[in-house]
Amino acid sequence: MKGTQIFLFVFVMWVLIIVGGGLLISIIAPLTINGHGKLDSLFDSAVKALIAMILVVAWIFTLSKIKNWIFHKQIKN
Amino acid sequence: MLDKIILAILVSAIAFFSVYITTPFLIKGLEKRNLTVKDYNRVGGAMVPRPGGPSILVGILASEFALYVFFPTAEILAILITTSLAFVVGLIDDRRVLGGWFKPVALAISAIPIILLGTYEPHLSFPLFGTVRIPELYIALVIFMIPVTGNTINSIDVLNGVASGFMTIASFALTISLFIVHNYDIAIASLPLGFVSLAFYKYHKFPSRIFPGDSGALTLGAMYGVLAIVGHVEIIAAVALLPAVINSFLFLSSVKRIIEHRQIKSNPVTHTDDFKLMATTDKDAPVTLVRLILAGGPMTEKQVGTVIFRLAIFSAILAIVTAFMMGVKI
Repeated sequence: MKGTQIFLFVFVMWVLIIVGGGLLISIIAPLTINGHGKLDSLFDSAVKALIAMILVVAWIFTLSKIKNWIFHKQIKN
Repeated sequence: MLDKIILAILVSAIAFFSVYITTPFLIKGLEKRNLTVKDYNRVGGAMVPRPGGPSILVGILASEFALYVFFPTAEILAILITTSLAFVVGLIDDRRVLGGWFKPVALAISAIPIILLGTYEPHLSFPLFGTVRIPELYIALVIFMIPVTGNTINSIDVLNGVASGFMTIASFALTISLFIVHNYDIAIASLPLGFVSLAFYKYHKFPSRIFPGDSGALTLGAMYGVLAIVGHVEIIAAVALLPAVINSFLFLSSVKRIIEHRQIKSNPVTHTDDFKLMATTDKDAPVTLVRLILAGGPMTEKQVGTVIFRLAIFSAILAIVTAFMMGVKI
């Protein structure tokens, strides 16, 4: 079948989505920030957003590396 | 339950037949007004009417209004308003050449009715791991999601029948997933998207008699995004859209900035002497899904479309598996 590597890439992306979601829920979501009074909720969201953004950047970086690994022949072409 | 089944059949029929009947009139009207564009992948470069967005919108509005008569919910209202706004954004882009940032910003504004109508729940559900509540972040996600789904479908609209065919597969996968997670009302509201796409595919498939244009592609993509939000199936919707997401990812990671497709100087695809599609050897050309598919050797436009549809079916299966996994906790 043509484009077998692309099917593999789709599958890897799917696995990364599930693993990323697991990280988000198991590790980041339970984090709580206290000691800033009314600003607790804001700080809490900001820190979680920052971690989520770092995770997204890491996700894109990983995906980019996997893309180069899977498609190295095609990318060279 | 029986009344919902009857309603589902009714809205599906309205969606399908309104596009099936109005599109030939739209084709004639566009040809009369000389609103045609060249199909560069066809021998001789036939002129094809564009945009098909108006008939797509007619199908969506007719079916969703019919549903709204029976179920006047804020979710259906959000689908109607945001989809219509996305259509207007697309229509402006069809008529005028605008900057690369226009569509994302205008589509982000189109998402505001979803927030104003309060038709979202500020949590994300992941398979196996459960749900995370993100009240402030979720609003940003709503604003972000409509431009992403709209532009993702628009970016895959590169070959005859691909955008409408891909959307048919992805939206039916979304409908099945909504039934699996027991969100029956939104599942019924999502049926028109699949049937509108299917009816439009009849005229858009190779050799195309009409192109959807930005108005058509953005309308389909934005409605898909709204359904994902109001149906609380954001992750499942993203999985069903993966081949199109890959296309955008490959494009952006090779171009490294947001630009309009008209601004691309080097085409990722060229033609062989017998007019098959072939991946370009130009290193400055962006990497796209079609270019990767063609890396194995030249193919006809129809063959490339078939590979994309196989990928769409594969992603649709993964989306449905994800929907089943939503009920499993580890």
